[in-house]
Amino acid sequence: MQDVPTTRTRSPRHFNLTARLLHWAMAIAIMAMLFIGVAMMSSLALRPVLIDVHQPLGIAILCLALVRLANRFCRPVPALPASIPRWQAVAAHLLHGLLYLLMVGLPVLGWAVRSAGNWPVILLGDWSLPALVPENPVLYAWLRLAHGALAWLLFAIILGHLGAALMHAWVLRDGVFSSMARGASDERAKAGSGSRPTS
Amino acid sequence: MPVLVIAAIVGALALSFAWAAGLVGGRTTTRTFLGDSLQHFEPGYRRAHGKGICFAGVFRSSNAAASLSTARVFAQDEVPAIGRFSIGSADPHAPDASTATVSMALLLSADDRSQWRMKLNNAPYFPTRDAEGFLAQRHAFEPDPTTGQPDPARVGAFFEKYPEARKAVEYKATAPWPSSFAQAQYNVINAFILLAADGTRQPVRWFMRPHAPFHGLSPEERARSSRDFLFDDIKKRVAQAPVRWDLVLQLAQAGDPVDDPSQPWPAERQQVVAGTLEVTSVRDQREGGCRDINFDPTLVPSGIALSNDPVLAARAGIYSHSYNARLREIAFGRATDAIGQQEHK
Repeated sequence: MQDVPTTRTRSPRHFNLTARLLHWAMAIAIMAMLFIGVAMMSSLALRPVLIDVHQPLGIAILCLALVRLANRFCRPVPALPASIPRWQAVAAHLLHGLLYLLMVGLPVLGWAVRSAGNWPVILLGDWSLPALVPENPVLYAWLRLAHGALAWLLFAIILGHLGAALMHAWVLRDGVFSSMARGASDERAKAGSGSRPTS
Repeated sequence: MPVLVIAAIVGALALSFAWAAGLVGGRTTTRTFLGDSLQHFEPGYRRAHGKGICFAGVFRSSNAAASLSTARVFAQDEVPAIGRFSIGSADPHAPDASTATVSMALLLSADDRSQWRMKLNNAPYFPTRDAEGFLAQRHAFEPDPTTGQPDPARVGAFFEKYPEARKAVEYKATAPWPSSFAQAQYNVINAFILLAADGTRQPVRWFMRPHAPFHGLSPEERARSSRDFLFDDIKKRVAQAPVRWDLVLQLAQAGDPVDDPSQPWPAERQQVVAGTLEVTSVRDQREGGCRDINFDPTLVPSGIALSNDPVLAARAGIYSHSYNARLREIAFGRATDAIGQQEHK
């Protein structure tokens, strides 16, 4: 509690523990999900196994994303440092919004794809989800296209997100990376840097 | 320097993603099997077995398999069935005498919302032990452009690598040609595992045994046959009376090859008649019914599990590409004949 109390009350320097846990768990889950998604369309041997994982994992990501969104809106989040140019801050906010949208949207789309094609969404054993949309071949085709294209978009955004995060961690060293990597307790020794609200 | 490391990390991830998708690396993927038919094919038609006819009917369970598997289909008295008869040629307009291969595809929807999809062939087994063997066989038997015959050296090299394929090739040369969809026995070819309530795992293959006696087509009859004789025949038969098959489970014994579709099990293995399929109506495939169904054999109800047969796993992805491609063509309005519309260009 020694460091810069005024900054802490206005805007924390770190994401809360819930946000950090969700971020890193979902980072692993979503990356795995994207690789499973493309591999199950190409692999000769692994499709049945991969599609059995793809469905429950997708629904798990959807549930976690909803918890994460609730946490995001109910808890204060760190502001970006003042050193970040305005255009970068705007781009970061837009892309983060898009990330949340895709985290929720892709599993829902996948569920709808299966429904439109009259495929059950099987979570485990006999436990399957009800159809989200009626069976319809035209709907299936469009939803399937969107599901695939948006998955590639999500992968591209994640690569950008990763690149930017590593730039903050290794080149800029401005506390943006550590706001998601660590809690406040690890930060006592470090002096606070100036920050400004960006939104 | 750190910037280069970051670029390398991001680049490596992008590359591995492209590899997983089969876009780089040149490995054999499920797309390899479809070749350019994904882009260049009559829009809306299945990329394999394009000429077919939808059927509807009912599967009446005998209850005899209920002790072997917890799948609802084996206990429910009447399960609605929808399916498709097709011929083995890829061309959706091929004459029926262009191939000796006929198929039955089937979707059984039980009242617990479970689905059982299958695709059965009159061939008794798969030529090769794995899916890559199918590509190798197709490549080896491609006619040489100068002689019009397959290159014996390539065929020899193929049999060296896939010796098990000899019996399928010999069988094909002598097997009787079907004269009716109703008389053919349709075999699942790949093995599955029946899961009983007490946890017993029983490896199984099954086939549809026709009630109608088999009459082969002589070469003379074949030469005289009309273009759609199989389709005309099944329409006529079903209009007169339901056409039936017994669903016969063949139970493997310990030591039988479960994961090799080129190795049939001995004929004396125990058989269980799980029920009877009754086909009560047929309909043009363009009117729907079965048109938009992917008869993916890996969609089985709980109570049935997949074996580790590599051909079974490969079929799932291959079917999926064909299905996505033709439904996309229908959605984009590119399909005309396949959905029963006049071409408007």
